[in-house]
Amino acid sequence: MKLYEFEGRELFSRYGIPVSGYGVAGSVEEVRRLAEEFGGKVVVKAQVLVAGRGKAGGVRVAENPDQAAELAAEMLGSSIKGERVKSVIVTPFTEIARELYLGFIVDRARRRPVLIVSGEGGVEIEALAKTSPGNVLKLDVDPLTGLRDYQVRRAVGFMRLRDKVAEEAVKTLKSLYRLFTEMDCELAEINPLALTPDQRLVALDAKIILDDNALFRHREFTRPSSESGLEEEARRLGFSAVELDGDIGIIGNGAGLTMATMDMVKFKGGRPANFLDVGGGAAEEVVDRAARLLLTHPRVKVLFVNILGGITRCDEVARGLVSAYRAVGQGKRVVVRLMGTNEEEGKKILRENGLLPYDSMEEAAEVAARLAG
Amino acid sequence: MAILVDGNTRVLVQGITGRQGAFHTRAMLRYGTRVEAGVTPGKGGQNVEGVPVYDSVEEALANHPSINTSLIMVPAAYAADAVYEALDNDIELVVIITEHVPVHDTLKFVRYAGLRGARIIGPNCPGVITPGAAKVGIMPGHIFKQGGVGIVSRSGTLTYEIAYAVTLKGLGQSTCVGIGGDPVVGMDFIEVLEMFRKDNGTEAVVLIGEIGGDMEERAAAYIKETSYPKPVVAYIAGRTAPPEKRMGHAGAIISMGAGDAESKVRALTAAGVYVASTPSEVAEKLSKLQGINR
Repeated sequence: MKLYEFEGRELFSRYGIPVSGYGVAGSVEEVRRLAEEFGGKVVVKAQVLVAGRGKAGGVRVAENPDQAAELAAEMLGSSIKGERVKSVIVTPFTEIARELYLGFIVDRARRRPVLIVSGEGGVEIEALAKTSPGNVLKLDVDPLTGLRDYQVRRAVGFMRLRDKVAEEAVKTLKSLYRLFTEMDCELAEINPLALTPDQRLVALDAKIILDDNALFRHREFTRPSSESGLEEEARRLGFSAVELDGDIGIIGNGAGLTMATMDMVKFKGGRPANFLDVGGGAAEEVVDRAARLLLTHPRVKVLFVNILGGITRCDEVARGLVSAYRAVGQGKRVVVRLMGTNEEEGKKILRENGLLPYDSMEEAAEVAARLAG
Repeated sequence: MAILVDGNTRVLVQGITGRQGAFHTRAMLRYGTRVEAGVTPGKGGQNVEGVPVYDSVEEALANHPSINTSLIMVPAAYAADAVYEALDNDIELVVIITEHVPVHDTLKFVRYAGLRGARIIGPNCPGVITPGAAKVGIMPGHIFKQGGVGIVSRSGTLTYEIAYAVTLKGLGQSTCVGIGGDPVVGMDFIEVLEMFRKDNGTEAVVLIGEIGGDMEERAAAYIKETSYPKPVVAYIAGRTAPPEKRMGHAGAIISMGAGDAESKVRALTAAGVYVASTPSEVAEKLSKLQGINR
């Protein structure tokens, strides 16, 4: 789960990482009041989760409270790369001597937490690592023993920090690692970490992604992320779903098979409307709910159900489908491929109710694509 | 011959008294797998399908010293502790079926297993099957058949789809390894490919990948570097997946411009791997290869 910048800043404060002063505002009046409080130049930052907010005009400098209010009026309620801006942050403009980068990520390939630092922050770190790899330092951290002092010293030296500010950097690095592990982060990133002309460190942004699988340990963050209506509804029903822009609804069991089903539909010239995985061992009611969700979706013309029964029973699937089709399937076409446990019984149920089962995933995908036209 | 599990495999099921644990214990026993014991804290003294249940792994091993493999079927919040309990009792192979294990837990126990010289398969995987010898996992046993095709996969049902097609072509499998759909897993493609390379019973390999991460690209580099001596046929799921969306598996996400299917297909093709466009094409391609045991 991606956190908003203001949530990340809250966590930074909790872990003793220095952040620039800020306030969160949902209205123009609040923005003006905050700008007046801070006095002088402020930065108004749209609170959205999409990447590339700065380039899309979501981060802007205001010379005075009037201008801050103007900017806020433009931003609030507008949409940045398709995401509605519901709130903004107001923060005093910080003079910067140098921008640094600090981050911890879960590196899938190395199977380790990796510390990444750079003395040239403020840009996207992946891009920097490509254009000037010499300016990016990556250190593997042993997850059992944690971040070592010698690694911290090396990282701070790499950022060319000395004396008092180096001590600050040591503290900040250690705090960020503590946050990264204790909060179960996939990513905890300060970019930029500003070095001010008077030799202080200030985090000017906060990018944190929490591990969805660990949210049970962090109940304060359980709001739904940026999901479409279908995705949210599916999750509420206990499915994993992703909405696409086609007209063939897809239901499968297992993530890999469901993805392969989408790919096959596309391969046969159709356009998938979604990804929906009912999971293993789906019972009649579960399939019924999933099928209703897609059959009532205005964009779905054809529903393609692809089930490979292992622990999932084909007769249960067939019953669920028939029940949903009878209730809400008018005017929609349903293509079913069933294979595996209790296959014959499942097929019989489908046939008795006017639905034609297929044996092959490829053939069924072809039919689905043709029916959608 | 086979890899990871065979006729000498003696299984402990951790979480045996749960609904899934009991169901799959029955299925494994029916397949002929030697399930020696189960563990569920607080349920010691019971039995599941005639398999004795103990309160701890230590107790189970004291009574069944031949156990060498553990199947973890406990809820995600307790999975890490169960893995440590198995590793601390010197179990060599730990297969984790559990889905939704926090990634920081996985990072730690995978590292710990490495230090102890043990192997971990999963989390979030269907397990391992060596047809005719042992099934340590949740896959439907009847769709597999003894043969010379090794299968390694990040997926569950998609593996069944492809394995069954291989079976229907009259070919069979040496061992099928579901390495798991999480971003961090115990054994990766390269480690399993290396085992298949050394296995006399494996004549060809099927690699089933999906979007997310760069495990397929690294496998491609390994295949190229080693001039891999056995034919490899691959299938990659998620060619139509949109960026920044998790496709069911925690690890199946095109993130920050990396991990898309095209990059994987390109890397594998460049390494001389045949990448099938559809799951059924995998078995067709295999059946045309020369000298694969039927």
